Amino acid sequence: MIRTKRFVAALRRTPSDVKRLFQEPLLLMGIVLVNVFLFLFVVLPLFKIFQLSFEDNGRFSLQVFVDLMSKRYNVQPLIHSLTLGVAVSILGTLIGFIFAYAITRVNIPWKRFFTVTATFPIIAPPFMMSLSAILLFGKQGFVSKMILREIIQFKIYGFWGLLVVETLTYFSTAYLTLYGVLQAIDPALEDAALDLGASKGKIFRSITLPLATPGIASAILLIFSQSLADFGNPMILAGNYTILATQAYLTIVGMYNMKGGAALAILLLIPSLIAFCVQKYWVSRKSYVTVTGKPSAARIKVDRSLTKYSIFGLCLLLASVIFLFYGMILFGSVVKLWGANHSLTLANYAHVFTIGWEYIKDTLILSSIATPISGVLAMIIAFLVVRKNFPGKRLMELVSLLTFAVPGTVVGIGYILAFNQRPLLLTGTAAIIVLLFIFRDIAVGVQTGIAELQQIDPSIEEASTDLGADSSITFRRITLPLITPAFYSGLAFTFVKCMTAISAVIFVVSGKWNLITIAILGSVENSDLSQAAAFSVVIIIFILLALWLIQFLVNRLGGGRKLKFEKAESLQSI
Amino acid sequence: MNEAYLEIMNLSKEFFSDYQEEKVVAVKDFNLQIHKGEFLTLLGPSGCGKTTTLRLIGGFENPTRGDIYLDGAKINDVPANKRDTCMVFQSYALFPHMNIYRNVAYGLEIKKLPRNEIKEKVEKILDLVGLSGLSNRPVGQLSGGQQQRVALARAIVNEPKVLLFDEPLSNLDAKLRIRMRIFIRKIQQDLNITSVYVTHDQEEAMTLSDRIVVMNQGAIEQVGTPEEIYARPKTKFVADFIGKTTNFVSGEVLEKDGTAIGVKVWDKILRFDRPNDFHKGDKVILVVRPEMIDLSAREGMFAGQVSLVTYLGSEVIYEVAANGQLFTIQISNPLRQGTFHRGDKVWMVFDVQNIFLIKE
Repeated sequence: MIRTKRFVAALRRTPSDVKRLFQEPLLLMGIVLVNVFLFLFVVLPLFKIFQLSFEDNGRFSLQVFVDLMSKRYNVQPLIHSLTLGVAVSILGTLIGFIFAYAITRVNIPWKRFFTVTATFPIIAPPFMMSLSAILLFGKQGFVSKMILREIIQFKIYGFWGLLVVETLTYFSTAYLTLYGVLQAIDPALEDAALDLGASKGKIFRSITLPLATPGIASAILLIFSQSLADFGNPMILAGNYTILATQAYLTIVGMYNMKGGAALAILLLIPSLIAFCVQKYWVSRKSYVTVTGKPSAARIKVDRSLTKYSIFGLCLLLASVIFLFYGMILFGSVVKLWGANHSLTLANYAHVFTIGWEYIKDTLILSSIATPISGVLAMIIAFLVVRKNFPGKRLMELVSLLTFAVPGTVVGIGYILAFNQRPLLLTGTAAIIVLLFIFRDIAVGVQTGIAELQQIDPSIEEASTDLGADSSITFRRITLPLITPAFYSGLAFTFVKCMTAISAVIFVVSGKWNLITIAILGSVENSDLSQAAAFSVVIIIFILLALWLIQFLVNRLGGGRKLKFEKAESLQSI
Repeated sequence: MNEAYLEIMNLSKEFFSDYQEEKVVAVKDFNLQIHKGEFLTLLGPSGCGKTTTLRLIGGFENPTRGDIYLDGAKINDVPANKRDTCMVFQSYALFPHMNIYRNVAYGLEIKKLPRNEIKEKVEKILDLVGLSGLSNRPVGQLSGGQQQRVALARAIVNEPKVLLFDEPLSNLDAKLRIRMRIFIRKIQQDLNITSVYVTHDQEEAMTLSDRIVVMNQGAIEQVGTPEEIYARPKTKFVADFIGKTTNFVSGEVLEKDGTAIGVKVWDKILRFDRPNDFHKGDKVILVVRPEMIDLSAREGMFAGQVSLVTYLGSEVIYEVAANGQLFTIQISNPLRQGTFHRGDKVWMVFDVQNIFLIKE
């Protein structure tokens, strides 16, 4: 009954909106184009996977899943992925919370240092941790061989290794989410509890923690999906502990079993989508705090020496571990032959810039093409979703945010299925990589744009309309300049993601167009660890250069606003 | 003058809220004619539909039913950016990334006027609003009053057929508000711009307007000059909404002749010269403004007892309990008349000549 009423209401509301659209052909064209793009490059690839795995001789069938589930080696990756995901998300959230709490609530020294340490993993290629784990604890590892002289053997290949590296990689997400949430809790609430006689411990248990609970749930779900989607680390470190993302890849590339790979991809997609929906439609609605970025009154910080120094010690310990891992990459990159000859050399870098230059060039070119397109498209979508009224608006928003929820492996498989034949024959071209880059992470740009726009008084844009501007002029001259910070944050985020992408693009790279991350994976597989380390360092240098460049542009054009890159990441959870 | 310049016919606007399936009627069967050069105010409590009406005129909302004519042409289907109306927004809505000059020039640039003509017009308007010399200043560095002037300049520089104001003074402090409203009225009269102004502040409406439209729940309660609205309210809502605290007294028409009616109020019969509007037996309400009652120690019309005295210097506000009702009474010039105290027995004398009657 309510549904029909809503339907009737929607019908009656639509005509005038549609009439409006036809008065602005440019706006109408924009909406149609965005929808076509989203359909082709987000919906169609997913549809192809479903089609391949559920269709048997033109009829709906679950046969492929029956086949999959009947074999132990196929069921195992599912169990492994879920187990790992749960473990990583809990551990990662705990570490993220410790950092976030220490920085927002405790009067510890070296806050900037800890902030940088806690956010650095975001810009590093995600599989660097695995590489470092091998450098440290592998057969030829620095710790296992040089320090402990092979007395203890570490089992880094498998669950424990993955747990450590994924936790160290993804706890940043939890940190940023929880930093935002803890910062946004009104200090007056905690002051009120203190005023009513609560101790610091009591305040933590009865005020801070309950208010942060939705944030904690968010962080857990986000890390869970990130762990599920992780491809680089398991490729290097999984050993016999097979997981879905890599198993789907190996099924397709190694066994040429498209149907089986697609089915595994769906098994991977389902828990990711569930986590996304729970986070987006349930947890975020429970939130008590809204992140407005409004400066709040000074917060009374925990300053009792015992609490303070134990938390400081814990942070220091975690930071040292992170430094040890990244430092080992730096060290590994200047060593002649890891495990055998530890004399220093720059030969690895020479190799990177000669033999590896093709990879670097391709990566830089493709990322530089994709980044601005993705950024502008994201802002256009955000503008349409927040400010315009047209049928199918909610669907457009959902589809553009969907890209965030779908693991890269699934997207990659979808792309090869969707674009391997005419009229959309794209496999082997640079275009398919660029398109993948554009749509892979557009959700973050859209999300940041939406959040920024919602803070801007709509009457500013109405004033522009009132003074005679149509939607396209208003977007170009008013909206875009006003959401510049979000725009640049989106650019920075997208560029980093393009430079470090691996899970989806590994399906669509070709001899002609190849990427640096794939080269690193190759080097690791050839046990050329020093080479891989040098490549990783170079990626990070290029990323830092690009971030610096974008920040420079913001300073020059954006009136000195601070780049809210960290905000872009933490917004995923809002 | 009597030809309608902006005409609104049977205008209705219904919204469908996103989550509840209920229909919300924001404006219903709104009819109004506005003359050229007139300053008209839409006045009413929040949620009465006044802003929606303004946004319908500006083209920001589409009417569910009804038509809007401007200068003889129907403008229902003309989008906001093609409509010859300009709005001064409540939040000013200045473009924060542009300076004063760029803000004011924006509309002219979109009309693709020649550069030197734009410059000329902008400078003339900035001079008019008293901001000449500041044209390069970023709007973020302006005071509230200056921002208000920029918003006004940005709208009038386009020489719109109708100027719309959406509670433009609500973000200013009390003193500045009074200065700005005199300023707005002067400029409006100098340029003879037809204006529609939305406010919930009756004092603002009274001082600014040629005519006031009092709105309630999406519909018009009364249209009239400030004096008509105050002295001769048509409904109890208008009587109550306009003025400070108005006293309402029930009565019944007992007798009627050619020149007057006799209304029974409690134990007295008061005579009003309104024979044409009421019949014998009608229940009526007396609209008694606080200044329409005089207090006296000598026996008068109705006996009462003072329950609260608020001394304001130039006047005293009394609260008097009489016949189970509380009256608010304003006595000017207390120095001459002397004051009563809490608990004093007093007599109220109604200024029957000025008291207005409405049907219950």
